[in-house]
Amino acid sequence: MAQLTLDKLNKRYGESAQVIKSIDLQVNSGEFIVIVGPSGCGKSTLLRMIAGLEDISGGGMYIDGAYVNDDTPSERGIGMVFQSYALYPHMNVYENMAFGLRLAKLPADEIARRVEESARILQLEPLLKRKPKDLSGGQRQRVAIGRAIAREPKLFLFDEPLSNLDAALRVQMRMEIAALHRRLGSTIIYVTHDQVEAMTLAQRIVVLNRGNIEQVGTPLELYDHPANEFVAQFIGSPKMNLMPATLLTAGATESVVRLWNGKELTVPIPTPASAEGTKVKLGIRPEHIEWGSVADAPYLADVLFVEHMGNETYHYLDSGNLGEPWVVRNPHRSAVAPGDTVGYLLPPEHCHLFDDSGKSFERRGGGAVAMRVPGMDAPAISFAEPMRTNVIH
Amino acid sequence: MKLTRKQKELGAKFWIYLAALVVSVICVFPFYNAVLTSLRTGQDLFLTSYLPTTFHWDNYVNALVENGVGLSLLNSFIVATVTVGVCLLVSITAAFALARVRFRGRKYILFTILCVSMFPQVAVLSGMFELVRFLGLYDSIGALILSYTTFSLPFTVWVLTTFMRSLPVELEEAAIVDGAGLWVIISKVFAPIMGPSLVTTGLLAFIGAWNEFMFALTFIISTENRTVPVAIGLLQGASQYELPWGNIMAASVVVTVPIIVLVLIFQKRIVSGLTAGAVKG
Repeated sequence: MAQLTLDKLNKRYGESAQVIKSIDLQVNSGEFIVIVGPSGCGKSTLLRMIAGLEDISGGGMYIDGAYVNDDTPSERGIGMVFQSYALYPHMNVYENMAFGLRLAKLPADEIARRVEESARILQLEPLLKRKPKDLSGGQRQRVAIGRAIAREPKLFLFDEPLSNLDAALRVQMRMEIAALHRRLGSTIIYVTHDQVEAMTLAQRIVVLNRGNIEQVGTPLELYDHPANEFVAQFIGSPKMNLMPATLLTAGATESVVRLWNGKELTVPIPTPASAEGTKVKLGIRPEHIEWGSVADAPYLADVLFVEHMGNETYHYLDSGNLGEPWVVRNPHRSAVAPGDTVGYLLPPEHCHLFDDSGKSFERRGGGAVAMRVPGMDAPAISFAEPMRTNVIH
Repeated sequence: MKLTRKQKELGAKFWIYLAALVVSVICVFPFYNAVLTSLRTGQDLFLTSYLPTTFHWDNYVNALVENGVGLSLLNSFIVATVTVGVCLLVSITAAFALARVRFRGRKYILFTILCVSMFPQVAVLSGMFELVRFLGLYDSIGALILSYTTFSLPFTVWVLTTFMRSLPVELEEAAIVDGAGLWVIISKVFAPIMGPSLVTTGLLAFIGAWNEFMFALTFIISTENRTVPVAIGLLQGASQYELPWGNIMAASVVVTVPIIVLVLIFQKRIVSGLTAGAVKG
């Protein structure tokens, strides 16, 4: 268990290519941090810098307050789990886990104790004599984690550990990693491009884009209060719908925007007077769009396709020439078919507003999403269900 | 007459086996004849019978002890073994540098290494001779170790570099995280994984050093430092008109057997070494 501090950390290749730009981050002791971002955003580079596999071009890195920029990975006391597991193919499971301990010249009984302990935690005991080639993907992943645990590191680093597994195994390993963190209470930094993994595992998520931190926060903070367009679209699946609009009237409690189709909408989001008249973007998540009747709903759209997931349905709507279709998520089965015209509403309390540069205007309170506060009864949750779909055939 | 499918298959099999038989006979017969001749003495040597008639071990005793082939065998063994050892040590470290360390001109070095192996032996003989003299190695087996190592290195470095490139970088990084230094990574992680290709290249270097004739003839002058191919080549009979066929054949058999044994022992690993990296396993 250790805390990690990154102070203006950056990484440059040559003169021009700066892949990590001045990262400031404080990871608390015992915290599970997930770094998430699209491919090429520098998240793996950042992790490898923390590990000590990449040089740090500038800034400082501190583990428990000690400056570690120039320390080797083993001196930093990290344990790392690689995407391809990187098990030593010629050693059996036991030797794989013991290799680092032997190099550290620990006494034999201590090595045996640690390896057996981590094998027990990960239920690897029956496999200790096997070679990696005789293990399944999930087992190999567990051995890779076991090898990291046996080192008793201050910091666990996971580099996209689940991306080589099939979907079912991925869910299972995700739960195992979460359980492991609860059990060991260790500080974990976990890199993934999969926002579902980020949402489910993280205590705090770091969203990285082009070498910059876009936002740091708990999963629900990021979901409800994205700091900018990028985070808003990156977190949540299907992603948030964005539509161009103009800010007509700014206000301290609510603002009026004119949408792309000329309709006006009042949203409970404060905006500064200086922004009045500028171009903004209105965002709304797929599950927050409500159906209305074709006769009196303010907006109409044609249905392009419908995806039936069984537990939910995604509708892709063509709502005027906006580039990409909107997505509406329905927690039920739906009778809407491609080619139908539907009416819908944009509930103002669920709307997000972004300025011209993509930065969001901060929403008040917990947004409109029902939040469970410790010590309080769960509030009555009202689903934005489709009351009826008034469909013209 | 129309043949059934089964008969056709049988016919095809027959031709394949026949071809295999012809090839094996052509390959093995010279060696068989050498064994046969080595067991004959006197006028028997010129018998045309292809079956063993007599079993005389005199030729072997003669060749190994009296003509000093035994000592040459020892020399050859030392030269070949040290060559292989030095060659593998140098090439696995060189391969690591060429495959894993980024530095300016890496591509050109690799290409140069490849070019070096294109020179025929004769072309470098005189230069090599000067070098050997300069280093004071003339007429010692050190000269042979040096020249054989030089000649096996390009191939070995190339094969090992190619193989090492195919190993995942994460493996090396895992070892670094485990606290391994450069030498530990090479010796404890890479070398065991590269076992098959090490065996293959090592064996080829061994065979090369074992069979080499021209350098061995040029750089060694004294009888007690000779390697086996030269020793056999210079075997002399009682008079200048007599060629000691029996002794030559006996010595040839003795020289060939270690190679055959080595190849048989490592047969499986050679095959996997040659195909390693070709297909992901």
